[in-house]
Amino acid sequence: MLDHQPPRLQLPSSANAQRIAPTGSWLVQSLTPKSTMRQIASELKRYSPEQMRNFEWDLREITHLDHIGAQLLWSAWGKQRPASLHLAPMHNTMFEHLEQIRGLALPTSSKPRFYWISQLGEKVQGFAQHIQQFILLLGQVTLDLLRLLGNPARGPWKEVSANIYRAGFQALGITALVGMLIGVVISYLSAQQLRNFGADVFIVNMLGISIIRELGPMLAAILVAGRSGSAITAQLGVMRVTEELDAMSVMGISQGFRLVLPKVIALAIAMPLLVIWTDVAALIGGMIAANLELGISYEFFLLKLRDVVPLANYWIGLGKGVVFGILIALVACHFGLRIKPNTESLGRGTTSSVVTAITVVIFADAIFAIVFRGIGILS
Amino acid sequence: MTSPAIIVDIDHLCTCFGRTVVHQDVCLKVAQGEILSVVGGSGSGKTVLMRQMLGLEQPYSGSVKVFGVDVHRSKRHALQEVRNNWGMLFQHGALYSALSVFENVARPLRELRTLPEHVISEIVLLKLHMVGLGPEHAVKMPANLSGGMIKRVALARALALDPKLLFLDEPTAGLDPDRSESFVSLIKDLHANLNLTVVMVTHDLDTLFALSGRIAVLADKRVITTGSTREVVKYQHPFVEHFFLGGRGLRALDALAEQEKTRP
Repeated sequence: MLDHQPPRLQLPSSANAQRIAPTGSWLVQSLTPKSTMRQIASELKRYSPEQMRNFEWDLREITHLDHIGAQLLWSAWGKQRPASLHLAPMHNTMFEHLEQIRGLALPTSSKPRFYWISQLGEKVQGFAQHIQQFILLLGQVTLDLLRLLGNPARGPWKEVSANIYRAGFQALGITALVGMLIGVVISYLSAQQLRNFGADVFIVNMLGISIIRELGPMLAAILVAGRSGSAITAQLGVMRVTEELDAMSVMGISQGFRLVLPKVIALAIAMPLLVIWTDVAALIGGMIAANLELGISYEFFLLKLRDVVPLANYWIGLGKGVVFGILIALVACHFGLRIKPNTESLGRGTTSSVVTAITVVIFADAIFAIVFRGIGILS
Repeated sequence: MTSPAIIVDIDHLCTCFGRTVVHQDVCLKVAQGEILSVVGGSGSGKTVLMRQMLGLEQPYSGSVKVFGVDVHRSKRHALQEVRNNWGMLFQHGALYSALSVFENVARPLRELRTLPEHVISEIVLLKLHMVGLGPEHAVKMPANLSGGMIKRVALARALALDPKLLFLDEPTAGLDPDRSESFVSLIKDLHANLNLTVVMVTHDLDTLFALSGRIAVLADKRVITTGSTREVVKYQHPFVEHFFLGGRGLRALDALAEQEKTRP
């Protein structure tokens, strides 16, 4: 049903007025094979449009003609009808349509002269806007938190619990796995070095301090930023695309109170718990590796751990967890609410959300390291 | 060949979603050059039927042939040929939101990978012109278009390859009466000029009566009747009576009769 004769066109070798009769089906589907298209295009290019218009054109033998077939002939004629043209009445409409758009052209946009300067300005302005909106979001969350404290019974507790479940409970498997593997890696690496100095037992100090104070919170934060941060941004973004955010505004449901605040609270609760969980998994991994590599018994490891890691390190780790959780939720919500209703913006927003969340978390970690530099480390 | 060729041939089609049966033994044929409308209540599976014709849903049993090609069990190459010969206007346009209007309409042309750039840009302008949009709209992004303009751009995209078969899903839903009117006359013109076969799903009675040559009524999981407007209206079935002979239906029928009287 879809088979057609291929289009054929034979131009004479000299430009004297002669009759030209293309045949076959000039439909886009029959023109698309590469060889056909190349052959037709090279034939049509042999003469200038003026010369082409001087031939006598007989299109009555063309079985089918569509706009694309007509367009090929039309551009070869220089967008004018040749002096002598015979065609079937049903094919005439195609050329009538083409005649109607003769004067139309796409609007062209030219680059302004100081393009890169304006580009730089836009970047700076965009960054300032980010900062401004983030501060606004922070203020909004603070206000919403005060509102919640004023009337805790009417808080969005269902949303909070759902978010804790998704961001916390469902992340238990992956954080445990990654934590354990990192514990094993560090334990093996340091075991070799420590053995060179005969300082085998210090493996407990190394693992204890580094995991509880630094690695546990960081690992949990990076995993949560990747898992929940991207999910939050994408969720808010899709809500923007489907106009759900607008529907909430219209009903007078506060986006900050019902969307942002529950996520911030949920991550502030779930993150420290995940940090402890990751710590435990990483220490177990490290303990097993230390036992295999250095022959340190589990009892000794656990007893020693209590003595060499001051309690302050746990508190610092937990505090980091709370702060990182809040930061991840805020960054994710910030990017989610900025997404514009199209797919590209959604993808870009989610990427920047995760990258920014991890960067911000590392930044905060550096601040923690400076502020608490004298606390919790035995000298 | 005396009778026109059958373009779409649905043969004893059954569709199930989980345990819900949407279609049971649906048979429907669409002939070359006609405008067939599928009507039915909400949830009667009109859109699903259209998606079956497009190969977007899998049948439980039965088959759908378009241009003689089974759209669910054919080789990629044969299907591509079919796909180059049909156009679909989705209910909400389904424009690629990351591409400009121009690129949206140019996409099917570019996918052929052989057309020269000057032909593509001329054809895009032509198609936009045919749906009543000037070149100044070509550089806009879909997010900045009104609902009516999205429909027009989507139609221009559906028409980009001069399809022989056009699917319309609720073509006038969400348009104001004036716009629907011009949309209907636009499709009528295109149908007359391009020898299109049109399969349409619609709720809008005015559009239905103004455009359709034949109506297929979908109820009780099957096509209960097909025929011209007059024939379908006479059919005895509770859905038909509610749909066509309610207040709105009668008004639309009156308007149709008026029109036919004034027409020479």
